[in-house]
This record gives sequence, C-alpha cells and structure tokens, in this order.
Amino acid sequence: MNFLSDPFSFIIHWYIGLLQSLGLPPLWVDMISKFTGAVVACTGAMLFVTFLIWYERKLIGRIQDRFGPNRVGPWGIFQPIADMLKIFAKEHITPQGADRVAFNLAPILAVAAVLMLWSVIPFTVSVVGADLSVGFLFLIAIGALGEMSYILAGWGSNNKYALLGAFRLVAQLISYEVPLVLTALVPVMFASTLSLTGLVQAQEIWFIVLAPAAALIFFIASVAEIGRPPFDLVEAESELVAGYNIEYSGLKFGMFFVAEFLHAFTMAMIFSTVFLGGWRGPGAEQIPILGFFYLMLKTFAVYFVTILFRGTLPRFRIDQMMDLNWKVLTPMALALVVVLALVDPLARGLGSFWRVMVLLVANAAVLGVADLLIRRAQTEKERKRPILKSPDVAARALPTSSDGGVSQ
Amino acid sequence: MNGLQIVFLITAAVTLFAGGMMVGARRMMHAAMWLVLALMGVAVIFATLQASFFAVVQILVYVGAIAILIIFSVMLTRRAMEDEGQRVLPGWRSAALVAVTLFAVLVGFLATWQGFNAVLVELPGDAENLLALGLVLVDPQGYVLPFELASVLLLAALVGAIYIAVDRQEGNTP
Amino acid sequence: MIPLSWYLIFSAALFCLGLFGALSRKNAIAILMGVELMLNAVNVNLIAFWHFHAQARSEPYVGGLAFATMVFVVAAAEAAVGLALIISAYRRRQTIVVDELTLLKG
Repeated sequence: MNFLSDPFSFIIHWYIGLLQSLGLPPLWVDMISKFTGAVVACTGAMLFVTFLIWYERKLIGRIQDRFGPNRVGPWGIFQPIADMLKIFAKEHITPQGADRVAFNLAPILAVAAVLMLWSVIPFTVSVVGADLSVGFLFLIAIGALGEMSYILAGWGSNNKYALLGAFRLVAQLISYEVPLVLTALVPVMFASTLSLTGLVQAQEIWFIVLAPAAALIFFIASVAEIGRPPFDLVEAESELVAGYNIEYSGLKFGMFFVAEFLHAFTMAMIFSTVFLGGWRGPGAEQIPILGFFYLMLKTFAVYFVTILFRGTLPRFRIDQMMDLNWKVLTPMALALVVVLALVDPLARGLGSFWRVMVLLVANAAVLGVADLLIRRAQTEKERKRPILKSPDVAARALPTSSDGGVSQ
Repeated sequence: MNGLQIVFLITAAVTLFAGGMMVGARRMMHAAMWLVLALMGVAVIFATLQASFFAVVQILVYVGAIAILIIFSVMLTRRAMEDEGQRVLPGWRSAALVAVTLFAVLVGFLATWQGFNAVLVELPGDAENLLALGLVLVDPQGYVLPFELASVLLLAALVGAIYIAVDRQEGNTP
Repeated sequence: MIPLSWYLIFSAALFCLGLFGALSRKNAIAILMGVELMLNAVNVNLIAFWHFHAQARSEPYVGGLAFATMVFVVAAAEAAVGLALIISAYRRRQTIVVDELTLLKG
C-alpha cells in the first residue's frame, strides 16, 4: 500500500490495524472504524462548506461586476469563518406558539439528509462509504427526508409565510422528482445496475455522451431539487419574505444555510458521478488519489454552471415552473426513456462508435420533436390570446368592486 | 443476543411506540409525524430482512409521497385539525376489544404452525435478486397480469383523484 | 439469527394498532393513516415469509417480493384516491369527522 498513490486507503488500513492491535473484538473494530469514518466525512464536508460559500460569493460578485468578499484574509477567503462566528454568537429565538420538537428537529434533519448522501458516493476506486446495491435509489429516497425537514420547519414555526414557503418548496421538490427519477433510469439502463460503484465502472464512455438529453433534463431537475435560482421561488423575497426558514435565527438558520450550499455541491457531485464518469480519468485506477481530483474537478465544473445559472437567470413564476415540469420535462423524460430502451439494445451490437452515433441521433430526435411541439404550442397560444383593445372587454377582465373589493 | 437482534428489538419498540402515539395523538399534525417515524421503523425492519431494495422503496414511496400527501391534506382540512373535542368515536372500547382479540387470535394461531419458531439465517450475497424480480414481474408465466393490472390501477387512481379533487365552482370550468 | 416469530408478532401488533386507529378515530385522515399502518404490517409479513422461503430453497426466489411490490402500488393508489375523497368531502360539508358525514343514514 503506497501512501502517495492512495492516502485514504492507507490511513484507513493503518487505523483498522491500530484498533486491532488494541485487542478489540472484530465487531467493535468494524463499528468504531465506520463511526470514525462517518464523523470525519461529515466534519470534512461541513468545513468544506465554508470554502464553497466563499467560492460562490466571489463568483457571483464577479458576475455582478463587484469584488465579492475581500476583507478577511487573502482574497477574503476567511469571510465565511467570520460569518460563522457571528452566527454562533446570535440569539436563539423560538417564536410564540411554535411546535418546539418540530422547530428544533427540522434544521438537524435538513443537514443530516444532505450528509447522508455522501455515504454512498464513490470518491476514488477504493474509497466509498457503503457500496449499496441500491445506492442510486438511496440517493433519491434520502431527498424525501429533506422534504420532511422543510415541512417540519414551515409548520413548526407557526408563521404563515414559513408555511407558504414550505408548501411551495415541497410542491416543487415532489414535482421535479418525477423527471429526475425518470431520467435517472437512463444511466441505470445503460449500466444495468443501481449501485453507484457499478455505474462508475460501467462508464467506459461517459453517459453524458450516450444520453445528452437525459443529462440535460437531470441537470435542470437537480437545480430545481436544490431550490437554486431560477427555481428559488421558495425564498422569493418580494412574495414570501424569506421562505420556510423565516423564523430561524443563529445557529439553526446557519444549519439550513449550510444544508443548502452542501446540497447544491452534492447534487453537482451526483451529476458528475452518474453522467460524467465519477472518478474515472487517465490513470485513476492505478493511482486512486487522481480519481479524487478528477471527481472534484468535474464537480466544480458542474457547480460552476449552477452558479452561472444563479447569477444570470431571472426567477420563474410559480405557474411557469410547474408548466416547465409537467408539460415539458416529464413528457420529454418519458419519451426519452422509451426511445432509449428501444434503441440501446439494438445499437449495442454495433461497436462503440456507431452505438454512440445511433444514441446521439435518438437523443437529438427526442429533443428536436420536443422543441417542435413547444414552438407549435406557443404559436397556438399567441394566436388564441384575447386582444384587450375594446374598452368593454378590458373592463370585464378587471375585478368588479361589488364582490368584496376595497372601495377607496 | 447478537447485534442484529438488538437492532430489531429497538426498531420494533420504536415503531410500535410511534404507531401507538399516532393512534392516540390529539393534533392531526402530530399523528402524521408519528406515522412518518413508524414508516421509517418499518424500513429498518425491511433492512434487517436483507430486503434493502424494499427498505429504500419504503422511504421513497411512503415517507416521500404518501406521508407528505397526508400532511398536505391535514393542512388543507385545518379546521377539523384544531377540533379540541373528543377525538375518538363513541364505540372505541369495542374497537379496542376487537383489536386485542384479533392480536391474541393471530398470535395464538400462528404459534401452532410448525414454522413459527424457525430462525431466519443470513441469505447468500445477492438473494434479493432485483434482475430476477424485474423479469418475473413481466414474465407471462410469472406476475405479468397483476403487474399490468397494478399499472392500470395507478392510472385510474391518478385520473380519479384529479377528477374528484378538482374545484368545480361557477365560472371555473373543470 | 432473528426468529421468524419476532417478525410475525411485530407485524400482528402493528396490524392491530392500525386496525384500532382505523376503527376508533373520528377524523377521516386518521382512519386513512391507520389503514396505511395495516398495509405496512402486511408488507412486513410478506417480506419475512419471503426470507423464510428463500433460505429454504436453492434457486433464487422472488415470489414474496412481487407481492410486496403490488402492496406498495395499491397503498399509493389508495392514499391518492382516499385523500382526494376526503378533501372533496371537506370542501362540500366543511367537516371530515366521519360521525357527521351521515348523508346515507336512513
């Protein structure tokens, strides 16, 4: 075991050896080592968030022609730590009439639901928390715990804005889970396994090359799943004050904040694991530590795109968001799954170059038909739109003052 | 008493406690939260049976969809939720009697079966063979008919739920 | 490692809890929750028996799992239609207390 080429495995083996030399029974060694691994991974992830926050604020600053944080430390890199200290020192406020258990459980659940995602992602060829045979399904199921935490937060704070925000968020998450799960079927179909390690192993050719349309839908749905702009209706300041976390202060708000940033990064990591080949890259199997760098490189590239979305796109209206999901993404994902399920077995015998070509044509066909249908629907809508020129029609469209309207 | 048995006993106790609290809770929202805890307990029970696929599907379907649906409807029918009157029907004593009798009868009958005291051993590696499950679900010799019926049932439930719940008021065409 | 009897007793207890909830609660949603608990108890039984049969056979056996899948589907359909009915009833009668929904009473 070479320390330089595979430091993670080296340290794990050394640690297990240390525990065994203490004379503990094997069950205890197993339990203690796994528990330590979980603690280290969670702490590392939480500390990593401070860097993520700096990275995102700096980038957003550049997009908006500002400097971003630049006071604390070199290039302002310690700004999140200063923010963290401030948040630690703030008062914990529990609103009147709040359900204490739900109110306090929600931030814990929110962070836990994100950290649990890290337990199944393969970081290098040799390091993975738990190689579940149903790992990919596990990732999607854990999202349900996140939804529960938002409901608990919204309902527990005894505030109608919080409740409205939670309702919106959960409706959005449940809706966008449909195209997410449907397009997740495509890589599972290619690899014929649900295990994430198996998915990475099967990506001799990255799945984004085989199914770019699936990757596109998955990416859009995953941006909606993390509630980032342009899908950030949950915290539409002009409508809802601040969303489900309005009543939270101090460390509890900080936990929601951390959960949001970490979730965004983790979603990017899942995307790069499933569609961009995970740790795969030149030499990653011989020198496992390279795989970790490849994974981080891909993840940061995907994360960069989410930040570009955040910096450049305006927010959707709620009906536009639902329309996009139910009228565009879900039918497209369904059609894509059916088409690829038919085409891929036929194309598999052709050799990898022609297989890629055939699948690309199939993907392009689905995208093209979807585009055609959307354009046609839009022109139809334009044609049917009532022209509000004559005064009586315009007057009828306005609400009359007799039905309880305020007369001033 | 090994580790798995301890896990089972703790999970079973938590699940049954959550179920009891769900039945007895005064506020519907608390009942829904206890239900979520009970459902997660059942997921852990599935995991102890080496049915990890079903443990994950349990969380995905029950916690992720059904429990959230229930919470939404609890919130939409809020006036009834704040009902501080009697939360059980007048005949709850006979209901309790029925439940206890059924439990006694079930356990009594099961105890006479010779497989009752069988010990479940660990299955070899890939016993929960998802590939085999998928094939048997679409196999004409297997379960293709129930499978297709289930899909039709789901579609019917989808259409029916939308039809029932749609708001049909004046000037608001369905 | 774990006796089958533990699972059977656990699922019987869960089933009876759900039954008690479904029979005794006034609120229609609480009744539905009781039914969900009963369906879960059935699933525990099905999967425990699947394990019991799978360990006795040499070839792979997935019959019980297929049944459990059906139970999941039925539970989802039942929750969707049941809750739609409850919300529809609430909209018309402003109540979901089953004692007060007496339109069919003679």
